[in-house]
Amino acid sequence: MSSSETGIHPTFEKTARSFLDNSQLRSNLGHATRTIRDKRRGVVDEMPDWEELREAGRQIKQKVMQNLDHYLLQLETSVTRAGGVVHWARDAAEANRIILDLIKERGETEAVKVKSLTTDEIGLNKALAKEDIMALETDLAELIVQMAGDEPSHILVPAIHKNRSEIRDLFRDKLGKPDLTDNPAELTEAARRYLRKKFLSAKIGISGSNFAVAETGTVAVVESEGNGRMCTTLPQTLITVLGIEKIIPAWQDLEVFMQLLPRSSTAERMNPYNTFWTGTTEGDGPQEFHLVLLDNGRTQVLADPAGRETLHCIRCSACLNVCPVYERTGGHAYHSVYPGPIGAILTPQLRGLSDKSAASLPYASTLCGACYEVCPVKINIPEILVHLRGRVVRHNKNWGGIRGKVNPELMGMKWLAWTLRSRSRYERAQKMARKGQRWFMHDDVISKLPGMLSGWTAMRDLRPVAEQTFREWWRTRS
Amino acid sequence: MNISLFVACFNDTLYPETGIATVQLLERLGHRVDFPREQTCCGQVHYNTGYQDETVSLAKRFVDIFSDAETVVAPSASCVGMIREFYPKLAILSGDRKLIRDVDDLLPRVYELSQFLVNKLELEDVGACYPHRVTYHPTCHSLRMLRVGDAPLRLLKKVKGIDLVELPGAEECCGFGGTFAIKNADTSMAMLTDKIARIKETGAEVCTASDNSCLMHIGGALNRQREEVKVVHLAEILASTEAASTETNSPNSGYKKSGSQNSGSTESGPTKSGTPNP
Repeated sequence: MSSSETGIHPTFEKTARSFLDNSQLRSNLGHATRTIRDKRRGVVDEMPDWEELREAGRQIKQKVMQNLDHYLLQLETSVTRAGGVVHWARDAAEANRIILDLIKERGETEAVKVKSLTTDEIGLNKALAKEDIMALETDLAELIVQMAGDEPSHILVPAIHKNRSEIRDLFRDKLGKPDLTDNPAELTEAARRYLRKKFLSAKIGISGSNFAVAETGTVAVVESEGNGRMCTTLPQTLITVLGIEKIIPAWQDLEVFMQLLPRSSTAERMNPYNTFWTGTTEGDGPQEFHLVLLDNGRTQVLADPAGRETLHCIRCSACLNVCPVYERTGGHAYHSVYPGPIGAILTPQLRGLSDKSAASLPYASTLCGACYEVCPVKINIPEILVHLRGRVVRHNKNWGGIRGKVNPELMGMKWLAWTLRSRSRYERAQKMARKGQRWFMHDDVISKLPGMLSGWTAMRDLRPVAEQTFREWWRTRS
Repeated sequence: MNISLFVACFNDTLYPETGIATVQLLERLGHRVDFPREQTCCGQVHYNTGYQDETVSLAKRFVDIFSDAETVVAPSASCVGMIREFYPKLAILSGDRKLIRDVDDLLPRVYELSQFLVNKLELEDVGACYPHRVTYHPTCHSLRMLRVGDAPLRLLKKVKGIDLVELPGAEECCGFGGTFAIKNADTSMAMLTDKIARIKETGAEVCTASDNSCLMHIGGALNRQREEVKVVHLAEILASTEAASTETNSPNSGYKKSGSQNSGSTESGPTKSGTPNP
């Protein structure tokens, strides 16, 4: 499904424009994010120790990242001891190959899936489809997106860009129910009946995971609809893909995250379904459990001390819901399964900065700081955005060839810094700007600028350089 | 108190009336204000756009120029945010031990104007008079980085004659974000459009803030749309006095005929007679 993870994509600023023009999308998104945002605030404000919990979450994750090699091996031992099989995948292709082989070896052509970003990241559904294996999404919103041949636009609410009449039309068409209304209960019931049959017949279940406990080998999925519980308990074989950053050291650490995650994501005190399993149990649940540990760029993120905090993310999506940029453009403009502020720092680090689309993401922010304020594990997203901008600038300078060296922004910034390093140059520039701006002035304001700066004056006037600058005024009084 | 003014480069160049108002306000409160002429820019534009190397040289310059100051005050929340939040980190990154020490030494003496008045001087009533309907936009850097809290509002509430109205969705970004407004002009404008709609809902004559950068953004669109609402920096409201406000019925405007720009701020806005030193 996630073609967004492969191939060449346009930059954020190029795509954002077309989404901004879609007023239905903006109104769907504005309504949905405002609702979740307000609910989240309610359940967070009632917690007297929220700040301490955030700090605890941050510290646990920091400990994991500093000792990831140790915890990975510990997890492998615990899972194996409990009857599971652990596979190591360097990248998306390796992970997909492992899963494909497991399904084929069992002679199956269908699998039921729990909503999982990690499997979207590796483009699993598409890889399976190529070999005639159908992976059916069972989360309601993921099902909607899959049926529509669309792509998720939000981490938690993948169909946030669709309203219920759009969903009614889709179900009428795909489920062969021409009489459906847009009543949410009726729409859900139609999906439920369709899915129930699939759960009962599926031999393979596929999931991601929210947490994996190194100490015990326990793997966890938290969800709202119960489809995850079905997928992880009914099929004979369960395959779970785990990004290596999802490890936590001990069972007790779940105490912290099971409070932070539901309140930050669905604005609930507790998720309706919390499924934990440790290996396999004879006569109960799946008799085979395979855990695929996925790197896919994560060790590369870990290698950058200023960016590695990005791996602390528990995928709650609180940062998306407060982001004024995401609220306007929607998730598709980010061309990644990880949209919004967290995507703007994660995607470029996972894919590397030679990917022009990914390299445009650190600039898709005003650095307003709303994301940092709500992050349950205190990832300083604005600071990492700025750090990544620095890496983009250096990358273009070093690897961008002649165009990278003479690009107008780089030259402009160098000239500006040179000017600002000396009072006399700075004052001379003020005087020159005052003379030069005449050419651009109408009605005492600057209303049209050339080149890069035209983005400003397309919709805004600019104040001209003052007839008398502050420092010139100061000189007159002393 | 001896105060060294860091006026910020865009105030110096585009909004001199904000610097003038700051001087008049601080002098009216009995302080001695000095303007170290070597100052230029704190480096925020470079830093936020990804030019960290260039920022280090500007940070060094700033620290050298202000190292002897008793107190540094700036009418710009985002510049002070830059200095307080990122100078220490830049200094460590640069590995320059002297810079690390000098930054550490200087930082506790650097204040944004509203924080200086409320937290350091413990003042709320600064004797201002501004008989206009005003709404306050808490800029992102003042709110979430510098954490000025309600300092600006406490000052505004004590201004004589003011009709202060709450801005709906006040804490949401206006869409400026420095080079964001140029690189992502369309998204920036979508955010600004919503902010302007909220401002108009209040029926205010004036939108104020502690950053002229955000006000330049908001004011730029208001002006283009021929709206009556003006943008005025907090310092200018706080510098206004009864004497000045009786002379004119219209609030200071961010956009004036360039000929009257500076004289406008001294005559019709804040105090008329450029206050003498204490």
